[in-house]
This record gives sequence, C-alpha cells and structure tokens, in this order.
Amino acid sequence: MEFKNPQEELERFGGRLAFAGGFVLFCFALLFARFVWLQVIQHDYYQTRAEENRISLVPMVPNRGLIVDRNDVVLARNYSAYTLEITPSKVKNLEQTIDELATILDVQAKDRKRFHKLLAESKNFESLPIRTRLSDEEVAIFIAHRYRFPGVDVKARLFRQYPFGAFASHLLGYIGRVNDRDLEKIEERDAEDNYRGTEHFGKTGLEQHYEFELHGITGFEQVEVDAGGRAVRTLARTAPVAGNNLTLTVDAKLQEIAEKAFGDRKGALVAIEPSTGGILALVAVPNYDPNLFVDGIDSQNWDMLNTSPDKPMVNRALNGAYPPGSTFKPFMALGALTLGKRRAEQTIFDPGFYNFGGHTFRDDKKGGHGSVDMYKSIVHSCDTYYYMLANDMGIDNIASFMGSLGLGSRTGVDIDGESEGVLPSPEWKKKRFRKPEQQKWYAGETISIGIGQGYNAYTPIQLAQATATLANNGVMFRPHLVRHITDTRTGKQTLIEPQPLKTLPLKQEHIDVIKNAMVGVNKEGTGARAFAGAEYVSAGKTGTAQVFSLKGAQYKEGGMKKELRDHALFIAFAPADQPKIALAVLVENGGFGAQAAAPIARQVLDYYLLGKLPKAPAPADEDAVEEDE
Amino acid sequence: MIRNFWLKLIAPIDGPLLGFSALLLLVALIAVGSASPERVTAQLLNIAVALTVMRIVAQMPPQRLMHLALPAYAFGILLLIAVALFGDVSKGARRWLNLGFMRIQPSEVMKIAMPLMLAWYFQKHEAMLRLRDYAVAVLLLLLPVALIARQPDLGTAVLVSAAGFFVIFLAGLPWKVIIGLGAAGAAAAPFAWNLLHDYQRSRVLTLFDPERDPLGKGFHIIQSTIAIGSGGILGKGWGQGTQAQLEFIPERHTDFIFAVYSEEFGLLGNLVLLFLYALLIGRGLMIAANAATLFSRLLAGAITLIFFTYAFVNMGMVSGILPVVGVPLPLISYGGTALVTLFLGIGILMSIHKNRMLVQK
Repeated sequence: MEFKNPQEELERFGGRLAFAGGFVLFCFALLFARFVWLQVIQHDYYQTRAEENRISLVPMVPNRGLIVDRNDVVLARNYSAYTLEITPSKVKNLEQTIDELATILDVQAKDRKRFHKLLAESKNFESLPIRTRLSDEEVAIFIAHRYRFPGVDVKARLFRQYPFGAFASHLLGYIGRVNDRDLEKIEERDAEDNYRGTEHFGKTGLEQHYEFELHGITGFEQVEVDAGGRAVRTLARTAPVAGNNLTLTVDAKLQEIAEKAFGDRKGALVAIEPSTGGILALVAVPNYDPNLFVDGIDSQNWDMLNTSPDKPMVNRALNGAYPPGSTFKPFMALGALTLGKRRAEQTIFDPGFYNFGGHTFRDDKKGGHGSVDMYKSIVHSCDTYYYMLANDMGIDNIASFMGSLGLGSRTGVDIDGESEGVLPSPEWKKKRFRKPEQQKWYAGETISIGIGQGYNAYTPIQLAQATATLANNGVMFRPHLVRHITDTRTGKQTLIEPQPLKTLPLKQEHIDVIKNAMVGVNKEGTGARAFAGAEYVSAGKTGTAQVFSLKGAQYKEGGMKKELRDHALFIAFAPADQPKIALAVLVENGGFGAQAAAPIARQVLDYYLLGKLPKAPAPADEDAVEEDE
Repeated sequence: MIRNFWLKLIAPIDGPLLGFSALLLLVALIAVGSASPERVTAQLLNIAVALTVMRIVAQMPPQRLMHLALPAYAFGILLLIAVALFGDVSKGARRWLNLGFMRIQPSEVMKIAMPLMLAWYFQKHEAMLRLRDYAVAVLLLLLPVALIARQPDLGTAVLVSAAGFFVIFLAGLPWKVIIGLGAAGAAAAPFAWNLLHDYQRSRVLTLFDPERDPLGKGFHIIQSTIAIGSGGILGKGWGQGTQAQLEFIPERHTDFIFAVYSEEFGLLGNLVLLFLYALLIGRGLMIAANAATLFSRLLAGAITLIFFTYAFVNMGMVSGILPVVGVPLPLISYGGTALVTLFLGIGILMSIHKNRMLVQK
C-alpha cells in the first residue's frame, strides 16, 4: 500500500517513460541492423534471388535435322501438331481431370496407359501429353472448356514423321521420349543445356547414331514472368538453330525394291558401293513402323512387336549372325592363292566325300564332281575341294585371312549396336568356353569351317563388306549410310568416310581368278538360272547355311518345319569388270541360296544397273539346281 | 472571417504531431501509388475521414474522454461477445459483425477503448494504488484479449494486450512483478503452444525457418525478404521493384507494403521511415511526460507506444524477424479502419497536449 506523492509518482512515470523510449530506440536499432543485414551484407544474394524470380529462361527446341536419301527423297521429317498436355504438379487429382477431359474429348485407354507410363518415367515438373495430334475442332472444343482445367494446355509441338511408315526402319531407327539412359549420354557430352526442353532422343538406327548432329542448337527466350508464372514480356531471344540434315548414300527406290523382293519372307540385304563403302540399301525384314514410337508407343503395339515370332525389332543386317555357307568359298580360295596353298589350275579329285580323322565329310553331289580345279570348285560349289583346302591351310591361317576381310569384327557402320559375329579360331574357342575339354580346338572342326559351316557366324553387313572389298580389288572401306552432313545454317557439307580404311596385300591376278570364277557362277553355275538373260556381267556365289545339323541324313525340303529350313545366302557384285554395287542377301529359312536369295539379288541388280522395275517379289525358284551348298 | 475560421480549425492541432504524420502519409501515398495505383484516390478519401476524426477528437477535453472510457469499454466487450455469438466467418476466423448496413470489426474498437479504460481505472484509484488494483487491471485487460484471441485474431490480440500492458507498466507496476510474470509466462509457453490454432503454430514455425515451406506458408516471408534484400542501399526506384510489380509480394498494398517501399527505396528509405516514426513517437512521449493528469499521462504514453508496437511488429514481420501476425504498418498500409483508429489516437494526443495546463490553472 502506498500513499500518493505527486512528485515521486511523476518521477517514477518519467522513469518508466524513459525506459519505454529506450526500448523503442533499441527495437528500431534492431530493425535497422536487420535491414543492413538484408540490404547491404546479403544484398547480392537477394538480388540474385529476385532476378531468378523475375527471369525465366524458356528453351526453344530446334527443328530436328532431316534424313534424305542420295536423291533427296525425304525419309524422316518433322511436322507440327497440337497435343493436349497435363502438368502433373499443377493438377490436384489427375484421374478426375482425365475423366473430365474424356467427357469433352476422345481419350482412349491407350492414351491413359501411355500417359501413366510417361508419368512414371518423368521426374521434373514437365508437362506430359494425354492426347496427341488433336484436330482443329478438338483444339477449339478444349479452348472453350479450358477454364475448367487448370494445369492442362494445348501445345503446338514438332513431331518426327517417317513418311513411308514401315520402310527402312532398321536403318533409320526412331526417336522416343528422353529416358535415364539418354540423359546419361547427354551428360557425358555436357549437353544438358542444349537439351533443355528437348523431349525426344534417337533410340536406334541413324536417329541414334547421329543424334547430336540431328538435334541442333536449342534457342532461349529470356522472359520476364510474374508470380503466377505468366510471361510479362520477352527480354532477349536467341533463336534455335535447326539440326544438321543427313544425306544418305542409300537409294530409297533401290531400298524399296530390295524390301519388296523379300515378299513376306524374313531376312537381310546389304548393298554397298564398292568404290566408296557407301551403303545403297540396308534391308532387314520384317520392318516395323517407326512412327509408332514417336509419341511413346502404346503397350499393345509394344507387346506385339516384341513377342512376334518374326522378331521385327531385330536388325538382321547388323545383329543377325549366320553361317555364310558356300558364300565363304571364294574368300577361302582367295586365301589359298594369297598364302600359296593352291594354284588356280591345281586340281583335286572329288569322290563325293572326304575322310578325316575317322569321320566322313559328305559332298552334296552323290558320286562327287570328279576332277576339280579352283574355277570349278567355285562355280559348282564343290565341298570336297574346301574340306581339303581347310585342312591344308589350317585354322590359324583361315582365321587371320578372314579376319583381314573384316569377318568376325564390327564393320563400324554408322549404326550403333552392331554384332561381332564369330570368327572361329583356337583363341576364340578358349575365350568362348569354360570347360577345358570344350576349349580345345579339334582338327576336324577346321574341315567344316572350310565350307562356311561350323562355328562360322557373320552378319550380312560383314559379308557385304567382304564382297565389296573383293569387288574393289582389296581396297576396303568402312560401310556407311550417311554420305554427307549438311549444316542447315551455312549449307556446308561434311563428307563421311571418303578415305579407304585399308588396302589388303592381295595380288591382282589372284583377285581376277576369284572374280572370274564368280562370274562363272552366274553364267554357268549355281547362279545361272537366277541370272539368265541379264544384260550385264555379274559375279556371284550362292550359299546355304544349316540351321541345325542333319548328322549325315539327307536334307528333304518339303518334310521340314519352316523355321528349321536352311538359310539361303547369296553374295554378288556387278558389273564384274567395274563393280558399281556389291551385295549380300540372306533369306531366313529360305532353303537353297540359288532358290531364295539369288532372285532377290537379281531384282536389285536389275534396278540398280538398268533401272528395271520388278513386277512382283522375287519368286522362289523351286526348280533351282543345288549343287554343293 | 475566413482567417478566424482557420484559426479555430487549427487551434487544437499540434503542429509537430501533424507534421510528422503528414510526412508519413506522404510516404504512404508514394508506396500505395507503386503497390496499387488504383487505390490512391480511395486512400486519399480515407485520409480525409481520418483527419476529420482526429480534428474532432482533438477538440474534446480529456475529462470527456474519461467519461467515455467505461461506456466504450463495455460497448467493446458487448460487441466482442456479439461477434463470438453471431459473427461472420471469413478465412477461418470469426471477426466481423454484420450490422445489416455495414460490417464492423469490434476488435478494432478495443485498440483505443482498452488503454482508455485502464487509464481511467488507474486515475480513479490514483490515491492509493495497491497490488490488487494492478490485478484488477490485468483482468480488465485479459477479458477482451481472450475474446479476440478466440476469434482468432492473433495480431489484434497482441496489439490490444500491448496497449493494456503499456498502461499498467506506465502506471508503475513494480519491476519484480513484471519480471516474475515474465518468467511465469516463459514457463507457461509450452502450454500456450497447445492452445494455439494449427495455422498460428505453423506461422510461428515458419518464422524460424521460412524455407521449410517455400511454396506454402513460408512464401510470404521469403518473397518479402527477397524484396527488401534486393532493394539494396538506394533501392530500385519508385515503381521499379520487380518483386512488387510482378506480384511476388503478397498483400502488397496492406500488411506487406513495407516490402514494396523497402525494395524501391532501399536502406535509405527505411532509415527515413524509422526516423519519422521515431520523431512521431518521441513527440508522443513528450506529450505524455507533460500531461496534466495521471489519466492523460497513461493514455498518451500507451497510445504512443501502440504506434511503436504497430511499426515494430509490422516491419519485424515483413523483414522476417517476427512471426506473421497481420498487423498493418501504421499510417502507411492501405485501409480506412486502421487509419481512423490511428488518427483517433493522434487526436487524443493532441487533446491531451492542448489541455496539459488546465488542472494547474
């Protein structure tokens, strides 16, 4: 209890007031310190953050380069289309939104499936297509209802288009949406900035191999945005630079004729210009439609392509490895001449079989060919000649000579993922097998190697390259599909592979012996029926690759399941004196080479050399005479 | 004749107080002109109304104000109860009372009624202030604060309790009691935490680490600190603040107007603003020191310190050192209600100053 004392009370009030005043100053000083901290000491940081808020870099994706054939026929191009896209981060209930969209637009189950697949793969805040290729009418309908769908928008996008559909698909490849593996490749090349905004990436074929040529340079627009992310104005703009165009060595018309020549059969054909290594046609059938992959393939098509027994996704020209069969013989003969193991005129006697190590190797011609020199051995495809030759040459010589022709190693063609095939040798066997008894090379194994069977397995492109090298008198080129790359900005053209890879140490007289014999094949030998009446001189060799061993039993064609039938092969070049084209054909389960493969080669050569168009797919010549294949 | 009228008109006006307020209003017009140009006219109208209120109040002698204290307080309490019972809900809080022809926010009344009531109470018991009187004062304070906090309106509750506390403090509440209560309050904080609404808690949590929720609750604070920080020493210039103009600053013409001002006028502008507030507050404290009666002293001191509380809490919150509690920047933020309340306070200060000699005479 205290009594009033005005003076004392006034003093106390004054004290309290002074305290309050001091407190006010203290608090203001505190605020001032905070301002100094924010506006002087941390100013640069906040300045940057304000700029980041304000300026948004909007990437402008460049047009992907075109792919055209040697005559400027467009094989891959771009077109603009509207897509309906959802930005998942801006949509509360995705399912509900899609359901509502389905009430105004046609959204099918496969669209939903694709969307969910993309959603599972995407990680950033990108927008994903729920519908592609909207019609103008659909765009109008959506625009009218846009207010109901925040986070959903119509976007104009460039799409890749392969105008011929299921055509040349194994050489063109396809593009698809960027995935983790693609991102790694982009990071390896430090190209992340250039790929901002890019949604597609080459997955196979030329689209994959030349991805960084085709992509172009991404442009950027510096846009001032408000808090809602809406663009207020453009501050600066760097235009995108379209990707480089690829001009192929491929002749699309020839490719078309070659593909059609197969009919509904499976197989591969590689045709090369011997003097350059430029690939004129690269067929692997069946094809698939690369357009299916562009907006993300739906699972139904994907399953179909992958489970089909015809394996349309396999690039047989590069990834199918087949025994070369008798197409191996000209190269064996060339090796024998080069190594001095045979002279051309030297003859052997063929009784129809060859005994080695207690095992009988049969010649397909009962009773044998009698006296056989090198010419006859090739023209009539005499097995016994090559059984003996293989034994005389030895596996190491065979392997090193065939290896020098490029067999059993990647050709380096400008498509990724090429297979090596198998060039059999004792070293290869040691590496290939685990158990010591399997690792040993048996001399008997060398014998069947000589006729292109056994462990021999080469890709059609390797056979084509070896044929082209022979046709080109031992000057070897790397097979390639792109003739030149055109910079769309400057028009500058860069040639691909104009220089030979190497020149083999071969004698011209030896080469001429082999070429002459191969001419004989098409004139009077196993290829004669297929090339009857040709208005040019061609050189060829038929071949048949055993799918599985018959263990000496007679091969009866009609009585076998189709997938167990032999593969038919044919190699050829023409014109024989000045080869413009060299090729290798493989028809899976086609039977004899002369029967199935040679007629395809005939159509291709007829068109390429004479411009002659075939009337129908190359017929299988059921009456073709097979000698020793 | 006109001269006479003019003299009469300005007779109760305190020059320095009006001068400092006018400079602050100038800052307000500049800031609102940048943050929301279309509202300048409306704000001019608000200012006119507020100045009229100030002029009317300035003429009332403190004795009349004293007579109004109890009715104003009782009326305020009644309104708060009415809000609790019949109020309109907006943004999850029941703050407004719909009178049919207008909607009012009764908690606003309490900002002036509270110090008025307590000053009156202490004046009445001036002869012999016992601890019991302080206790009663605290109860008088807690009743409306509890009603406001319940709405919930944390910002106003803080301001009203601050206003009441200032009166009790200036009346001479012993230091040991203040320190004791402070300690008890700190001890009780964990329990108070449990009483807070979720959104209030998250506001407090976000204060300590705004980046923990950069898109949600922390967005306001992050954006306003970016605005202030990017302003630098001299600022980006009027109308040039990108944070403000591109709408990154939320509520930029009301509670966050300081961020707009600070971005465009920088540290220098902030210094000017702090200086003007300091002058205004200094003048108010001087008036309190010279006031004639205990009632006048307490009232003048409390009103002055309310100005400080407004300014400090707002700038502290916008610059990220205090939680976001929805307190406008005094005299600067756009809006009529707060402006009228503030000028009512200034009017009272003028009246007290005008009548500082009356009792002595």
